[in-house]
Amino acid sequence: MTTVAPRPTRTAPDPVTTEDRQTGRRTETRAGWFFSLPFLILYAVFLIGPTLYGLAMSFFNTTTVKGGLGDFVGIDNYREALSSNEFWSSMWHTILFTIVSTPILVVLALAFAILAERVRRGKWFYRLVFFAPYVVPSASVVLIFTWLYAPQIGLINKAFTLLGFTAPNWSGTQAWAMTSVILLTVWWTVGFNFVLYLAGLQDIPADLYEAAATDGASGWQQIKSITFPLLRRTTALVVILQLLSSLRVFDQIYLLLQGGPNYSTRPVIEYIYDVGFTDFRAGYAAAATMVYFVVLLIVSLGWFLMNRHRADPADTDPNQADPNQADPNATAQAGEPSTAVRSPAPDTAREI
Amino acid sequence: MATTLTPTTDGRATSRPVTRRMDPRSNSRTFGILCTVVLTIFALLWLVPLVWAFVTSVRPDSEITTSPTSWWSAHWTLAAYRNVIGSTDIGWWYLNSFVISTLTVVMTVIVCSMLGFALSRTRFRGRGGVAAIVLAGLMIPGQVLILPQFEEFRATGLLNTYWAIILPAVAAPVGVFVFQAFIGNIPDPLIEAARIDEAGWWKVYLKICMPLCRPAISAVAIFTFVSTWNNLLWPLLVLSNTKQMTIPVGLATVAGNYGIQYAEVMASAVLGLLPLLAVFLLFQRQIVQGIASTGIK
Repeated sequence: MTTVAPRPTRTAPDPVTTEDRQTGRRTETRAGWFFSLPFLILYAVFLIGPTLYGLAMSFFNTTTVKGGLGDFVGIDNYREALSSNEFWSSMWHTILFTIVSTPILVVLALAFAILAERVRRGKWFYRLVFFAPYVVPSASVVLIFTWLYAPQIGLINKAFTLLGFTAPNWSGTQAWAMTSVILLTVWWTVGFNFVLYLAGLQDIPADLYEAAATDGASGWQQIKSITFPLLRRTTALVVILQLLSSLRVFDQIYLLLQGGPNYSTRPVIEYIYDVGFTDFRAGYAAAATMVYFVVLLIVSLGWFLMNRHRADPADTDPNQADPNQADPNATAQAGEPSTAVRSPAPDTAREI
Repeated sequence: MATTLTPTTDGRATSRPVTRRMDPRSNSRTFGILCTVVLTIFALLWLVPLVWAFVTSVRPDSEITTSPTSWWSAHWTLAAYRNVIGSTDIGWWYLNSFVISTLTVVMTVIVCSMLGFALSRTRFRGRGGVAAIVLAGLMIPGQVLILPQFEEFRATGLLNTYWAIILPAVAAPVGVFVFQAFIGNIPDPLIEAARIDEAGWWKVYLKICMPLCRPAISAVAIFTFVSTWNNLLWPLLVLSNTKQMTIPVGLATVAGNYGIQYAEVMASAVLGLLPLLAVFLLFQRQIVQGIASTGIK
């Protein structure tokens, strides 16, 4: 860098000719493509290609046992998927799981984060305890919970007995099977949202609380009139991420219950997996996948539009709509996680 | 009262002159204690499954049969761990998980940082199109691709190889946006100075941007590592040889084999979670900051 200083004249406007600028432009374009290519090739081969091939498969009678697309069947696969009770009941299990788990995972994470923010010492301990389960592989989580839920000898049943209740049959009925999956999921994943909320709380200026305290606002009043409103953007982010990840539920249901009892908890991904790899009906599975994909898309778009619509004009960040903006201020100025990807401004994550 | 308000960065109590009025914070001090109590109860509740798994895994099976929910043992033993390690290929699974996760991390960081650099630092023709395609990819969840991807890997004969797991994970749109945002935040004069010094774009990327990107690299690396390590569905589909499985797939296949030998079941659960728990304890700060700064899930 030291060599820069003696040559300030180079930056003067006059020596740059149009010709120079054009070669600069050309090398810049070449460099841009050079740096983009490795990603784009892998992306085309392993993401875009399969997406298009999957779309094509959904119109053919493709089977998993032999290569090739098979016979063209038009929209028959879609017609069958849309009128299949099995498909819609698995779709409903996924949606039910999402409807019940999302509010719990958001509210609990928010509550934990607000409480942790108030704690004076040992914040690291809570962060550790709530987040650690998130890095545990699903297989381990399920092994542990299978025994926690075990009838008669399981720890949870013991706790129920001690408190004077009769423990439910965790895996025997649909209602309780779903409940046990949701409890497991809350334990396993709440830490992620918790950390997102902690980050959001860090961005609320401390003097706001100081001023409120001076005016005699109680802890609850401070939370209600400072914390909640200023966390609205974080909440929007947490909710959409949670919705999308809940709609993708598979691991824990598959491992804990294999979709049982009697398919009553089978999520849509397991349905796709079953028809594609057990019944070998890849074309039909691809059509089911596309319907499921459309549901995911509707949720994301719906959420996006709703938040855009509701957003207060005062806190709408003009740059936010375009995540491709390379402007360094584009994401930093909001001060809260405003898009799925947020600028790693050095000071935002301090001491979370 | 205004003079007693010392601006602090963390909102904690500061030394302030005692006034005759009631300390405005005393109210929130009681509140703070209440918060600590409630939160601690939940934290202890959250620890139960992990601690219980550890405790059970080091109790002898005979004791577990007689008192399954006891937290204590008269004869602590590592026998269950010896059994699990001796009777499964868990050593191979560790190795596979480690190799696959590491290779995925290295390739993801290289490929995503290059594109992040291209999008944030070069104004090349077609840049808008590239950015739009990558953004669209954010909308496609990997799970909807399992069928065509499976066909693809079967056609190319790559099933049951490390590559079947690594390659689809490398081009990660989220990684690109993390790098794009981070490299975009590097001050322009730094880059311009290097360009004026006739440094090539490659040199600018390698010598200036990458060293300054360390936080982004560690965020992307840790996320990629954790999600690759814990991935279940895709490896379950493409790996069928026991010796080639990753930890989650291997554990899922042996889960039923131990029947009522709970010490063994818990020991395998613990063996499955130990490496990442260790990673997490070592890099706690980076992981938490990584989430905070990227919001990836």
